[in-house]
Amino acid sequence: MTEGSYTLDARVPSGPLADRWTNHKFDMRLVNPNNKRKFEIIVVGSGLAGASAAATLAELGYQVKIFTFHDSPRRAHSIAAQGGINAAKNYKNDGDSVHRLFYDTVKGGDYRSREANVHRLAEVSVDIIDQCAAQGVPFAREYGGLLDNRSFGGAQVSRTFYARGQTGQQLLLGAYQSLARQVDAGTCTLYNRTEMLDLVVKDGRAAGIVTRDLLNGDIVSHSAHAVILATGGYGNVYYLSTNAMASNVSAAWRAHRRGAFFANPCYTQIHPTCIPASDDFQSKLTLMSESLRNDGRIWVPQQEEDDRTPDQIPDSDRDYYLERKYPAFGNLVPRDVASRNAKTQVDDGRGIGPLKNGVYLDFAGAIERDGADVIEEKYGNLFQMYERITDEDPYKVPMRIYPAIHYTMGGLWVDYHLMSNVPGLFVLGEANFSDHGANRLGASALMQGLADGYFVIPYTIGDYLSDYLGEQPVPTSDPAFEEAETTVRDQMSRFLSTKGSRSVDWFHRELGKIMWEHCGMARNAAGLEQALVDIPALREEFENNVKVLGENEGINQSLERAGRVADFFELGELLARDALQREESCGGHFREESQTADGEALRNDDQFAYSSAWEWHGIDRAQTLHKEPLTFEHVKLTQRSYK
Amino acid sequence: MHVTLKVWRQNGPGDGGRFETYEANEISEDMSFLEMLDIVNEALTNDDKEPITFDHDCREGICGTCGLMINGQAHGPETGTATCQLHMRKFSDGDEIVIEPWRAAAFPVVKDLMVDRSSFDRIIESGGYIGVPTGGAPDANLTLIPKPAADAAMDAAACIGCGACVAACPNAAAQLFTSAKIAHLSLLPQGQAERWSRVENMVETMESFFGSCTNHGECHEACPKEISLDFIALMNRDYVKSKIKNRKLLGQD
Repeated sequence: MTEGSYTLDARVPSGPLADRWTNHKFDMRLVNPNNKRKFEIIVVGSGLAGASAAATLAELGYQVKIFTFHDSPRRAHSIAAQGGINAAKNYKNDGDSVHRLFYDTVKGGDYRSREANVHRLAEVSVDIIDQCAAQGVPFAREYGGLLDNRSFGGAQVSRTFYARGQTGQQLLLGAYQSLARQVDAGTCTLYNRTEMLDLVVKDGRAAGIVTRDLLNGDIVSHSAHAVILATGGYGNVYYLSTNAMASNVSAAWRAHRRGAFFANPCYTQIHPTCIPASDDFQSKLTLMSESLRNDGRIWVPQQEEDDRTPDQIPDSDRDYYLERKYPAFGNLVPRDVASRNAKTQVDDGRGIGPLKNGVYLDFAGAIERDGADVIEEKYGNLFQMYERITDEDPYKVPMRIYPAIHYTMGGLWVDYHLMSNVPGLFVLGEANFSDHGANRLGASALMQGLADGYFVIPYTIGDYLSDYLGEQPVPTSDPAFEEAETTVRDQMSRFLSTKGSRSVDWFHRELGKIMWEHCGMARNAAGLEQALVDIPALREEFENNVKVLGENEGINQSLERAGRVADFFELGELLARDALQREESCGGHFREESQTADGEALRNDDQFAYSSAWEWHGIDRAQTLHKEPLTFEHVKLTQRSYK
Repeated sequence: MHVTLKVWRQNGPGDGGRFETYEANEISEDMSFLEMLDIVNEALTNDDKEPITFDHDCREGICGTCGLMINGQAHGPETGTATCQLHMRKFSDGDEIVIEPWRAAAFPVVKDLMVDRSSFDRIIESGGYIGVPTGGAPDANLTLIPKPAADAAMDAAACIGCGACVAACPNAAAQLFTSAKIAHLSLLPQGQAERWSRVENMVETMESFFGSCTNHGECHEACPKEISLDFIALMNRDYVKSKIKNRKLLGQD
């Protein structure tokens, strides 16, 4: 590993923390309304961040093109978020404030995020709720007509707004509908079933993208004054995750290969409440909202290898281990803490279920206290989903849950303006690395996606564009575009001509096994070094032995997946390298060598209070590590304690 | 378990299409229907045959991407369930299962089991929104919304846009999809300003693509989110009203 000397300028404004965003909005340059239409902006991805950004920028008057590989923008995976969205509204009069949301988020992220970004996120959180309510998002209400809130892991206030168990769906539909309005108005052009396969950089600036039309295989270039990536996270590098089947890292990764730094890839989040795997053919894992931990109690039998059914195990033989170990937060400890504790129980032989690979999440007490109808009102659709998958009725039998890869905090490095180190390339939502540090709190992903799209990028992109008034986008006939198109075409032909003997999915599954074993919930140096041997070996086999049938000209889902899996190989290797260099435990990154006497994550602030940002040098050379030091002026670094 | 599949294969919009028969062996009853298709595709690939193209993504029943006609039923035999949430335990060992794409003139087949549903996007674009640009919204608690109204709006908003309603309808009508969005927005106070233009535009756009509703109710039966037929009644009522409303006097309602 080599360390770079490049200085990462995060462009964080100075002044009192609470005034920085307000003052900076005044300091940034503007593009006047008549000039906005002279600028073209490309948005890749149509989830919460992408759809909200595209709609808002089009409303402002920019010429926007939005790209999605789905058949409709409404399919983006934000749609699957269940539990809710945080905002510092303090509607519950329970002591919440912008500062408390800021504080909770920095602490929850285990002190590995940038203070100024997080404070801005907390500030605009209140505007998001107002905007979404005005769009008609059907948030849950109290009988008096006010908005209802629930509590979520990592917080001691109720600040989570929700729409049954379908909050992500409703927020995404709100953004999608605003986007649809702009498409109809002609201010935004929608390219569906179109996948970005390369970023074009000209004279050091982002100049456009190269896409493949998934219906006919056409490779097409699009140029613009600025490119926004809002393409989600890379959890599918583990094959089994709660991500949708098509979620991938390719847009971000190909931008990385064109010079954008990839930051903190080892910060991956394991969600504690997913349905345990049932067999080897499982294609994905299904998440049960963390909000269930409000009413469900997590337990395992006290004895190892206890084969009794849960109803036969009396309370005295059960271990409600989270309540026992963390009396202050109980079942509502943050995700990383809940996940690791579940792993410990299963590893120690107290796992439950047919494969002994889960822990119980029990609603019997809540049903007795509140009645089944109240529980159904809150969680009905989740209980139904659980029953569909497992054929067990959670009103009668405790749910079985186990952690699964769910979210990735790492992503492309961005500054305070959400611009990457490649000028003109902006990155929003889960695709960037910015606001959650080493661990994201529940109900904060929706908040960040919409904050970036509705309330941050519309300001910061103007500051960038104002330098280029009167300048045309680079024509797509430029050699830079031709070179990128050739790169994409060559990759497609390579996959089709390899004619090996194993399917793309086989390679993806094998990669997932390496990642889960060595870079999963707990990591150590020996395992990570093994991963750094195993991943390149498997990648080499992939290159020589993958079997992709059919042709480029037309729909070819195997070909689409081949490109995504190729990128997962390279990302997986970087993830392991990043995890190896970070010899501390923080948030979702747990190094077995660095733990307290009672098994909690132990940070090393003296050596590792930085974000790692990796620079690509080609497939045969290791990336260079650049460090952005993290300074904390407003939050005191402490060992996180939820006891 | 073992099942025999008769699957619609069509090499593109111009191809006539035909059924192909495949055997699916060693299927676990805990598998989802789509995981069973994954296995068939893996076997086809190993045999140098092009795998079956079908749309799917979240596999949690919420994105609305998947959708197959299974033995003539949209999303298969289980009510209130999208294809991805259907499990093989609903079938028996030795069953023959016929798998087809959605069939509707407004949803042309793209390839095999994949169809083009962009007509749904056109309906939303024609008015399925509340036109509030980002930035000017008042405090969210300024508008009190009775809980039953908010709940009814949510019932309608639960639509996932999969198109099963159209596929199940003998007329290939899109009334359930369109009315769900109209009801979601028009039941809320925020949606009143555009209520009449919305219903007018959306219904007329819908009619430019889809067939007419003759009250079969098959759409509701097929709907994975069990959207109520009441919303169609509400849409029809509002559509008629929209034709006679003096919109200058909307504030007087």
